[in-house]
Amino acid sequence: MNKIMEDLDVTVAKIKPEERHILLCGGVPCLSVGCQKVKEAISRELSEHNLAEKVQVLEAGCIGNCKLGPTVIVYPEGIIYRRISEENAREIIEEHIIGGKLLEHLLHKDEKTEQAQHRREDMPFYSKQKRLVLRNCGVISTDIDSYMSNQGYAALAKALTELKPENVIEEVIRSGLRGRGGGGFPTGRKWQAAKDAEGSKKYIICNGDEGDPGAFMDRSIMEGDPHSVLEGLILAGYAVGAEQGFIYVRAEYPLAVRRLEAAIAEARKACFLGKNILKKGFNFDVEIRVGAGAFVCGEETALISSVEGTRGDPNPRPPFPVHKGVWGYPTVINNVETLANIPPIVLNGGDWFNAIGTENSKGTKVFALAGKVRHAGLIEVSMGTTLREVIFDIAGGVPNDKEFKAAQTGGPSGGCLSAEHLDLPLDYESLRAVGSIIGSGGLIVMDEDTCMVDVARYFSGFNREESCGKCTSCRIGTKRMLEVLEKITSGNGDEEDLEKLESLAKLIISSSLCGLGRSAPNPVLSTLKHFREEYMAHIKEKRCPAGVCPELTRHFILEDKCRSCGLCTKVCAEGAIIKEGKNYRINPDKCVDCTRCVQECPFKAIKGRKRKELARA
Amino acid sequence: MINLTIDNQQVQVEEGASVLEAARELGIDIPSLCYLKDLNAPASCRVCIVQVEGRPTMDASCVLPVEEGMVVYTNTPGVLAARKQIIELLLSDHPFECLTCERNLNCELQRLAKRYGIRDLHIEGERNHFLVDDLSPSVVREPDKCIRCRRCAAVCESFISANVYRMVDRSFQSIVAPAYNGSLMESSCILCGQCITVCPTGALREKDSTARVWEALANPDLHVVVQTAPSIRSTISEEFGYPVGTPVEGQMVAALRRLGFDRVFDDCFGADICVMEEATEFIERLKNGGPFPQFTSCCPSWVLFCEKFYPQMVNNLSEVKSPQQIFGALAKTYYAQLAGIDPAKIFVVSIMPCVSKKYELLRPEMKASGFQDVDAELSTREFVQMLHQAGLDIKKLPEEEFDSPMGSASGAGIIFGSIGGVLEAALRTAYEWLSGEQLKRIEFDEVRSQEFKEAVIHAGEHELRVAVARGTGAAKMLLDQVLEGKKEYHLVEVMACPGGCVGGGGQPIYTETNDWNEQINHRVKRAQGIYELDRNKECRKSHENPVIVKLYEEYLGRPGGPRAHKLFHTRHVSRKLYAEKPLLVQKK
Repeated sequence: MNKIMEDLDVTVAKIKPEERHILLCGGVPCLSVGCQKVKEAISRELSEHNLAEKVQVLEAGCIGNCKLGPTVIVYPEGIIYRRISEENAREIIEEHIIGGKLLEHLLHKDEKTEQAQHRREDMPFYSKQKRLVLRNCGVISTDIDSYMSNQGYAALAKALTELKPENVIEEVIRSGLRGRGGGGFPTGRKWQAAKDAEGSKKYIICNGDEGDPGAFMDRSIMEGDPHSVLEGLILAGYAVGAEQGFIYVRAEYPLAVRRLEAAIAEARKACFLGKNILKKGFNFDVEIRVGAGAFVCGEETALISSVEGTRGDPNPRPPFPVHKGVWGYPTVINNVETLANIPPIVLNGGDWFNAIGTENSKGTKVFALAGKVRHAGLIEVSMGTTLREVIFDIAGGVPNDKEFKAAQTGGPSGGCLSAEHLDLPLDYESLRAVGSIIGSGGLIVMDEDTCMVDVARYFSGFNREESCGKCTSCRIGTKRMLEVLEKITSGNGDEEDLEKLESLAKLIISSSLCGLGRSAPNPVLSTLKHFREEYMAHIKEKRCPAGVCPELTRHFILEDKCRSCGLCTKVCAEGAIIKEGKNYRINPDKCVDCTRCVQECPFKAIKGRKRKELARA
Repeated sequence: MINLTIDNQQVQVEEGASVLEAARELGIDIPSLCYLKDLNAPASCRVCIVQVEGRPTMDASCVLPVEEGMVVYTNTPGVLAARKQIIELLLSDHPFECLTCERNLNCELQRLAKRYGIRDLHIEGERNHFLVDDLSPSVVREPDKCIRCRRCAAVCESFISANVYRMVDRSFQSIVAPAYNGSLMESSCILCGQCITVCPTGALREKDSTARVWEALANPDLHVVVQTAPSIRSTISEEFGYPVGTPVEGQMVAALRRLGFDRVFDDCFGADICVMEEATEFIERLKNGGPFPQFTSCCPSWVLFCEKFYPQMVNNLSEVKSPQQIFGALAKTYYAQLAGIDPAKIFVVSIMPCVSKKYELLRPEMKASGFQDVDAELSTREFVQMLHQAGLDIKKLPEEEFDSPMGSASGAGIIFGSIGGVLEAALRTAYEWLSGEQLKRIEFDEVRSQEFKEAVIHAGEHELRVAVARGTGAAKMLLDQVLEGKKEYHLVEVMACPGGCVGGGGQPIYTETNDWNEQINHRVKRAQGIYELDRNKECRKSHENPVIVKLYEEYLGRPGGPRAHKLFHTRHVSRKLYAEKPLLVQKK
């Protein structure tokens, strides 16, 4: 195997870690706050100081700690500078690179201890993670040389030289890897089924149609380490006996598409793709299919329709895709993260992977942390890590001294967990047991200012919108469910509505055609289960405890009119007006309806309603 | 064979069968809306859900393959409740217009609501409101009544190959519609109306012409003449309690007289002329070496299909008009002269198994008599509706004869109503003209069977390769093979609808089965009556029909001659698939 790698004549490792170079986070969050300009400024400064030859500037994938972007890492020390702007470029070059001095003010400081954190190891955000899938994300550049310098394509070389396809499947079965797209079906068994299925051709599809609001795990992997996905896909093709693979990516991920395209071209050039791969007689090629952004296309059968070029509508199963998939041929569909797990499994063996995680959920899971946490971003932890460790240890807890209220996992198909679930281990079974799912890894943290009925309404609205409209239960059912929720959040709900919601939810789950419908009621059911008292407050007291639902909030600030002058906070005797970022909000539990703020607001941005009127409405 | 248990009963069925079919073996009728076996199984309506032991959720039985040892429950309280809820959901987005709906008492959704005793909607909410598309002269689409079963799309795609309907938009407001939810008239629609015959609700229907006909009948200044298409004499009977395919020609004539038509004529008379002209044209083409194949042109939907999808082939269409238009042209010239009536005062009504004929009569070239040759068309359904309105029951009426002269047809004219009939009728004449011999065997059985696709007929020195395309979908395959040079034919009959006119888009809607093959069989059965009438006819060849012979001698001259050419021939046009402007500007 090593010989094969040597024979390949690929210039291994442009950069050795011990050499001086600068790595920039090139994930979309950092791009959106201007990392390209920082990169240009640093390159410019380097040229001006005649260092352009000596110090390379590389762009990596998402390093994860998105709230600190744009992030710059200076090697070989591995010093992380956060929130860098163009103006900082000069001092980084002159003082750090040339002068060898640490720029204290650009380091991240712990919120509580005020201690400066120099490297990844100093940051709890990184030190408590276990990064297998994200092993290269934010560590190396996205090109093939960097990937290969970090054991890239070694697994493929090993498989083609030492393993038969069935051995690869054995390893994957032994690893206990389960699908990371949400279903959690054992990957090895899926491959075995497709291998055993009869068909003159077979296909492998990488499902990169990540559609959950707030989720960006797959995008970050495709952008940050495209070759690992590609290698996993090629290995899957080898194991199953497919010669053609597709990567299905949504059109909303142009950077992922670009980097995957570049990776495919590089891999083809390096003989990892195409005819007679590594001269071992295995043919495999990959095509990218760009989806139009319909959430339902993440569902296997809808994805197949879309790959075939028709409307992305789901179809009944059975027949399952492993028996009859794209154009009727056996097809394996694996999620991006699942495939990125394959190369290390093949390289290190199934047993190695099997030792990580819990009894039934092996390995790690990448989560996209969003919402009310200090360090929103991309993390990877061992299966079985508790919610508390993720939210409080890694993500630094809830900011602004607010109370943790709920965590939403699994996106629109998942559910909401309450504070009582904080010590729940994050794995497939534990989450299912409390009415949620691990899903693809979206994790939205909510604090006391979040209305759970509104959350249910939001996700139901999303599901209603994204229902393809094919089956009755989902098409009309999700619409009716949303209508009931809207009735409640607008203050017109009655207790019967909760029964209606539950009965509708049950129907939609039990009788919908595809996974979208069968999981669409989860946000409603889980909030009904864990936050029923909030529903009751909306219905009986006509009150939104979190002060979110405008019709149920006695006094509220119109966001579009508010100019954030802050006058209202000064005149409020009860301290009921809170600043949230740029916006202000009235806490209805403190507000006594004195209308002082209404009178003082120069922009007429505060509106009030009498509770009686509300009761009548 | 697979063994399974349904509702505690053992059943053995073939591998690959669905649970719904297996249940039927046991006499359990699982309800369905979207399902039409072998045509449409999107599993979208969810009405046929059942509970399979060991499965967490319910499954649509129409697409669930049977498995050995499977234990299925079709009517547990849970299944029944879910099924009821699904029907309620469908009704919550359905206009409650049953009493004024064309499909009242013949609506599959309504029947389901009755069967499950839906008395109250437990959940209601916003309903969809779409524009009604009545721009086409043939088909009216009322999307508010659509339940998204996609049967229209399936028949249009698989059988008709016009691919008009698709799902448009998504979620609650998704709708089965022509592209961009536009009008049928801007789509690739060929107006065959097959979508109407498979629609379980009243979302699709024909454009009503009964009012106009009632008005004409009541107008003392108008001389109202009716022509009856070959097929309807054996299809109206099923609407009056007769077995399918019972011919009721005499009673039908009696009923028409009682409705007030001044003359009751037979469209088969027009069909006989059509045979004379088409056979003449065919022999001309044989002499001139083509163009071949010559396609029949009696079916206006097929003509439209050819014009839209194969515009390069329009010259292959026979230039002879359809019997409806031949009759109309003759009624306002020859008959007007014979009866001494001002053609302006003649109102020609046709009763057809078709909705496309409503469009055909409006085509601008259909004015050979100097007037619009045919004034109004009634589909079989509209005709039955008028009989009901007038309180006329076919069963209680005596048998009467058509009026002369345009009521005497040969058996060849009558078999136009069944698929293969036009070809057979043309062959009866062309054979004798080409060979100079009498046909020994009048019935061309080789072109009648359901499996028939092509045959070779020896007529004198000629070896005629003929074919019948059952549906425009089959025609598309045939045309592609012809264009690729894989097949060569001399004469090809194409009918858009399953079974030909007996299965036309204007025929009674048969909702008793959710099996497409059974639906086709039902339509084919209707043809039995037509063949029976043909067998009992003394004259079974168009060119031997004495009235036709006399007509040519006294009025038309020779077949294909100048007068016949003026009245009965037309040119077909190449059209764009998607019309920029509607095909016809409809007159109010």
